[in-house]
Amino acid sequence: MLTLALFLFFGAVCVAGAVNLLVQSHPINSALSLIVVMASLAAEYLLLGAEFVAAVQVIVYAGAIMVLFLITIMLLNAGKEERTKGSRVATLLGVPGVVIGGVLVAWTLIHRSDMGNVAIGALPGDPKAIARLLFHEFLLPFEVTSVLILIAIMGAVVLASRPEAIARPHPGVPATQEERKLVAVGKGRS
Amino acid sequence: MIPLSYYLVLSGILFACGVLGFLIKRNIITIFMSIELMLNGVNLSFVAFAAHWHALSGQVFVFFVMVVAAAEAAVGLAIIIAVYRTRETLNVDQVNLLKL
Repeated sequence: MLTLALFLFFGAVCVAGAVNLLVQSHPINSALSLIVVMASLAAEYLLLGAEFVAAVQVIVYAGAIMVLFLITIMLLNAGKEERTKGSRVATLLGVPGVVIGGVLVAWTLIHRSDMGNVAIGALPGDPKAIARLLFHEFLLPFEVTSVLILIAIMGAVVLASRPEAIARPHPGVPATQEERKLVAVGKGRS
Repeated sequence: MIPLSYYLVLSGILFACGVLGFLIKRNIITIFMSIELMLNGVNLSFVAFAAHWHALSGQVFVFFVMVVAAAEAAVGLAIIIAVYRTRETLNVDQVNLLKL
């Protein structure tokens, strides 16, 4: 009974955060409500017994990834989003479509009564068991993800660095006065 | 004891919110956050099924999803910075040309 109450409470917080992400017009508010969603999802993982996943969820998702988002928002000084014609069309078509789809999925899932229950802490996901699985059976995918992260680091550095910092195919002085000015403020062609 | 379907419904709601945000939002950073929301909804169903089937590999898959999400966030935000540097806007309606 208590677990069901906890599940419903954190689920409600989760959905409220997700809806708040949609209705807020300022990206900072959306990012903060996404942090609320992730923190309450970590509580849901704890209810399922996945302690290590919950800890990693808080550290990596709510910590690292969201800090990256917040830094980008502050760096670009993102303001309120403006509504356009395209966004109204997307709202008119998208909201009913997603609501109908979601209700259909929920109705199907609720009426499949043979799926059984999940007890609290049904599967203790302690770090030891997860590490054994990760470094034995999933060793090759684990190593491949390290290559993926390396590529992501290099891609992020290349994409986000200023254009003149990247080695250019035709080195030399900028051709025109205008271009020299653009290069000086970091907006020149690479 | 919580029915498995409740977890799946919650994960479906989160995924639907992500899809909705992807459709109706016009700020490129908020669209990116909607994608993260969808990934989180999928993660919840991974963990719920792992507990249901007593298979720990579901939780290991969550880590892979997180790795991909982190890599995607790093590269995507770098692309957003590059787009903002050339166009000085974050509105996706105004980012409709491949080359300036």
